[in-house]
Amino acid sequence: MLSLPSAEVLVQGVLNGVLMGCIYALIAAGLSLIFGLMEIVNFAHGEFLMLGMYTAFWMYTLFALDPLLSVPICGATLFGLGWLTHKGIIRRILGAPMLAQIFATFGLGIFLRALAQFLWTPDFRQVSNPWIQGPVRILGISVGLPQLVSSLASLLAFGFLYWFITRTETGAALEATAEDRQAAALMGIDTERMFSLGWGIGSACVGVAGAFLAMFFYVFPYVGSLFALLAYVIVALGGFGSVQGSLAAGIIVGVIEVVGGLLIAPAFKYVAVFLLYLIVVLIRPQGLFGKF
Amino acid sequence: MALPPATTPGPAAAPRLRLSWGAVVPGLLLLAALAFPVLFRLPYHRDVVIKLYLYAMLAQAWNILAGYCGQVSLGHAVFFGTGAYASSVLQTAWGGNPWVGLAVGVVIAVALSQVIGYPCFRLRGHYFAIATIAVGEIVHTLAINWEFIGGARGLTLPIRPDALADFQFATAKYPYYYIILSLLILCLLVSWRIERTRLGYYLRAIKEDADAAQSVGVPITKYKLIAMAVSAAFVAAGGTFYAQYVLYIDPDSVLPLNLSILICVLAVIGGVGTLWGPLVGAAVLIPLSEFTRVKFGGTGSAVDLLVYGALLTLVAVFQPTGLVGLVQRLRRR
Repeated sequence: MLSLPSAEVLVQGVLNGVLMGCIYALIAAGLSLIFGLMEIVNFAHGEFLMLGMYTAFWMYTLFALDPLLSVPICGATLFGLGWLTHKGIIRRILGAPMLAQIFATFGLGIFLRALAQFLWTPDFRQVSNPWIQGPVRILGISVGLPQLVSSLASLLAFGFLYWFITRTETGAALEATAEDRQAAALMGIDTERMFSLGWGIGSACVGVAGAFLAMFFYVFPYVGSLFALLAYVIVALGGFGSVQGSLAAGIIVGVIEVVGGLLIAPAFKYVAVFLLYLIVVLIRPQGLFGKF
Repeated sequence: MALPPATTPGPAAAPRLRLSWGAVVPGLLLLAALAFPVLFRLPYHRDVVIKLYLYAMLAQAWNILAGYCGQVSLGHAVFFGTGAYASSVLQTAWGGNPWVGLAVGVVIAVALSQVIGYPCFRLRGHYFAIATIAVGEIVHTLAINWEFIGGARGLTLPIRPDALADFQFATAKYPYYYIILSLLILCLLVSWRIERTRLGYYLRAIKEDADAAQSVGVPITKYKLIAMAVSAAFVAAGGTFYAQYVLYIDPDSVLPLNLSILICVLAVIGGVGTLWGPLVGAAVLIPLSEFTRVKFGGTGSAVDLLVYGALLTLVAVFQPTGLVGLVQRLRRR
């Protein structure tokens, strides 16, 4: 059953895996940021991504705005959505039992997915003629230009996120709130505002990722589910709350997906990813880079 | 009352309840349920109620693990699929009997639940929930690509004349009704027993604080595994019932993530961790979903999911004890 692909195919596969992995990592980073801040998993994260992709799609269809230009719009829209989600829902369930925490965002996810299907039908849509398209050849290896640009942009966004958290005062306040809510509040940090900000930034990550994904991926109401599933795996693999961990884990998952698909069979690529996840969390429940 | 029990009915509240609600209401409900097929002869009505019982039973079984023990499984479709496939493959590949298939499905599902549970129960809270999603997706993908059990095409069961031995009643339908009603009642009785025995107290202790439970000597993994086994057994029986009722199964109908989600939604909206919650949830939501499907046509417009999602969030935020908790609160006023 195992058939070894040629070296060229394998190299190309690994490169593509790394590129997709960078985008996965950006999606997962938003999830990880929120979890690190308040130990709540956003089960509507995939649907946020889906809304980011639809924002880019509608900007293109209605106003002929290329997805590359709507990156800030998507980021801002999702920032607003994340902020509102915290104000409307999350704030009320901070001290609630785990079941309520899981199902509050889970319900939101189901709702948003159904809303997208209700408003925009389940059809697969696509940005038909984006600025960035087609393959390019680098050192004899063919890669998709949108994938290349998206992964570079994801890395850039990642760098910005890292810089923001580690080098700015607001970032330090976020970190402090994540570290110890009460102590941060005693130091005069408005933790309530930090939580809203965390939700805003975490959601803006998928807004940006969504705009880039819309360049080369179909847009439909259920598109978020697959990416969200991978994002949970990446976040758990990298360690909940570890933003750097998500980058490493994102690339690992991207590569495993492609190599697993090449070595076993394309249909089993996600089985390989999920199996890897199960093995890692069973050996190291806190993930590869998690502290607790 | 000095100490109002927050989520679980404590022993102090039990005697009063038993006099008023505890005996009379279930008795009347049972009578109504037994008489239903006599009064309503349209296949459509019977079909809706059969579905209602099936999903109530699944949610009830999920509730044993998630509601009492606090382990949120988002992969219960695995056990449903196991039950459905075990009995169906037994029939199509080896000409076996569906009742034997039901037993085989239950045994395999229980074994599977231990294989999944033993490692996954090392994970806490959100991690466990995500791990069960991953397990569900793995099994779904494997089933789609496993040609022996029909792959993505699924399995069509041979149609036989109505007979109890063959578990087929395509023309009369009402035996299906009484079979699933019996399963539901059995599941309710088991939950009721669990609530009142040592097992139930252990499970709720694990849910409230696993570390504290362990420190006073509750073997937490063992009891989580017991809860998972009981839960999986009922869900697998439901799977076999579904296969015999519809006579066609495929991975997207018996193993999807959406089924796992629906099971939780019913229990949570009805009242998670309560005896009547899952049944109440199913009794409200299954007819509602049938109604919206008739009214708005198909599942294409997703109106039922729109309502489910909104209700789920609202219940989780404002009424974590569900409809049952709401009724209890109003009665206490």
